[in-house]
Amino acid sequence: MRRIEIILSRLLWLIPTLVGLVVVVFFIANVVPTDPARIIAGENATTEQVEALRAELGFDRPLWEQLGIYVRDLATGNMGRSLYTQRPIADDLAHRLPATLELTFAAIIIAIGLGIPLGVVSAVKRNSLTDQVLRVLSVSGLAIASFWLAMELQMLFSTRWGLTPLNGRISGFGPDEITGFFVLDSLLTWDMESLGGALLHLLLPAVTLALPAAATILRFTRAGVLEVINSNFVLYETAMGLPRGLIIWKYVLRNALISTVTQIGLIFGVLFSGAVVVEAVFDWPGLGTYAVQSILQSDNKAILGFTILVGVVFIVVNLIVDILHTFIDPRTLK
Amino acid sequence: MTGLKRLLADRAAAIGAGLIAALVLVAILAPVLAPFPGDVSEFHLTERLLPPDATHLFGTDRMGSDLFSRILFGARITIAIAVIAVGVSVAIGVPIGLVAGYYGGWSGGLLMRASDIFLAVPQIVLAIAIAQTLGPSVENVILALSATYWPFWARLVYAETRAMKGQVFIEAAQALGASDFRVMVLHILPNIASAIIVRTSIGMGATILTAAALGFLGLGAPPPTPEWGRTISEAREFLPEAWWYAAAPGFAIFLVVMGFNLLGDGLRDILDPKIRRGAK
Repeated sequence: MRRIEIILSRLLWLIPTLVGLVVVVFFIANVVPTDPARIIAGENATTEQVEALRAELGFDRPLWEQLGIYVRDLATGNMGRSLYTQRPIADDLAHRLPATLELTFAAIIIAIGLGIPLGVVSAVKRNSLTDQVLRVLSVSGLAIASFWLAMELQMLFSTRWGLTPLNGRISGFGPDEITGFFVLDSLLTWDMESLGGALLHLLLPAVTLALPAAATILRFTRAGVLEVINSNFVLYETAMGLPRGLIIWKYVLRNALISTVTQIGLIFGVLFSGAVVVEAVFDWPGLGTYAVQSILQSDNKAILGFTILVGVVFIVVNLIVDILHTFIDPRTLK
Repeated sequence: MTGLKRLLADRAAAIGAGLIAALVLVAILAPVLAPFPGDVSEFHLTERLLPPDATHLFGTDRMGSDLFSRILFGARITIAIAVIAVGVSVAIGVPIGLVAGYYGGWSGGLLMRASDIFLAVPQIVLAIAIAQTLGPSVENVILALSATYWPFWARLVYAETRAMKGQVFIEAAQALGASDFRVMVLHILPNIASAIIVRTSIGMGATILTAAALGFLGLGAPPPTPEWGRTISEAREFLPEAWWYAAAPGFAIFLVVMGFNLLGDGLRDILDPKIRRGAK
């Protein structure tokens, strides 16, 4: 198949998958017959008031009709109003998306920065003490509950030693908002104080989120390098007298990273959703804390909107990974 | 060497198997092992937040209950959630993957597209949505986890079945007049079982982490259930003074998940010669 065909067929599948996702999530949110009109109207509302509100909000119609209305509204970017913030859910989500993306990107950068070099070292020095220690660490990294790690790091670095801020994204007002990404905004406005604050606030949440991902990348890189390191071209390059470092870090790594790149795409989705719990611990004002507050408020529509948004991001990222894959490994085009 | 011997010869896998055996033993014997078995529901407000000592090995919690006893009973909940949720996912996902992979065609494609929809959202997010709608309880956590986890098995079995279908021995069985059911269950399933077993071990660890996260977010069993994730969230407001409060359940989760991951890695080495860990 040609690249353009793959991309087109994937794009075509995007629509039924998204529609299916909305239908599934909508019915999940409505399995239990609750009476949202009564909740919104409050305890002192009369039966007539509740009835009027129910008709106004469309809760008196059959479920499939409500779904139709929801999908129609969704197509125009309307997700309904949050019970918790009293604002349109779409606005709330859009406002909070940059915070979560910033955290996810920071975590991905840390995870790659740790995982790939350590994975190469682990493979090159296989079965040495370094390799053993790294493998124990990577297995451990995958077994730690992220919310627990978050709490322990917060307790040590913030509460005990006062090295990092306790929670939040910034102290004070922060940089003038352009993109909503504080690190980017403070660079654009050359606001060094905000930049330092933003980075310091990012440190613990990003590291917490990054550790399991770093462990996964380390394992895949190690396996990939081990697979490639015994190939004939490495033997040939060694015989040609190329420096060992050049062979490993350039030629071996490039071939070994194919499966790692696919993993990084999957990891992005895992991190994006893992942010829910990590954000909850650090009061990071992103999608995760919004979801948790919506849970506490039993705000079904907000959770519905959150789930769909995460689904969309997840699908788009996977699409990008598939397309990237055809460039990195042209064998998939066959 | 037999499978079991080879498994125990691998140091990591043996440690993993040991950790899981310990978890099962602790869960079964919790009422015998726990020094204060009543503390799952009893309060002793005069003994609130005591640090670990000889009487209270892991200290006491905000209600003055013995944390060691509560952690032991928590093992039961952890095992129940993981075994049932993963069991249900396997029971749903494996037949779907098998049928879709064996027959192929548009119906097979449709089944896989359905699983794609579930895989389009990260598991924890969908599980949060379901658990939130149904209300906080252990049963609903199990339901939420099973409803979101079966597509992983369907996908895996689908791919393996497709690869197996073209094999000569399958063709031979079909030529001899074996029914489709017989071919699937007696010829394909045993040959893809190792992949399923490896995935199940690692899936148990992942499920325990997700279940703990749901508990942490308040979507699990209501108090005073000694669920580990919930215990960690209860401990939050008493940090850093009561450091032992969150430490004990956190380590418990860590050890159990580690056990399943190590066992899964070891099983993969033994059962799946294609992906042996590196060249030794």
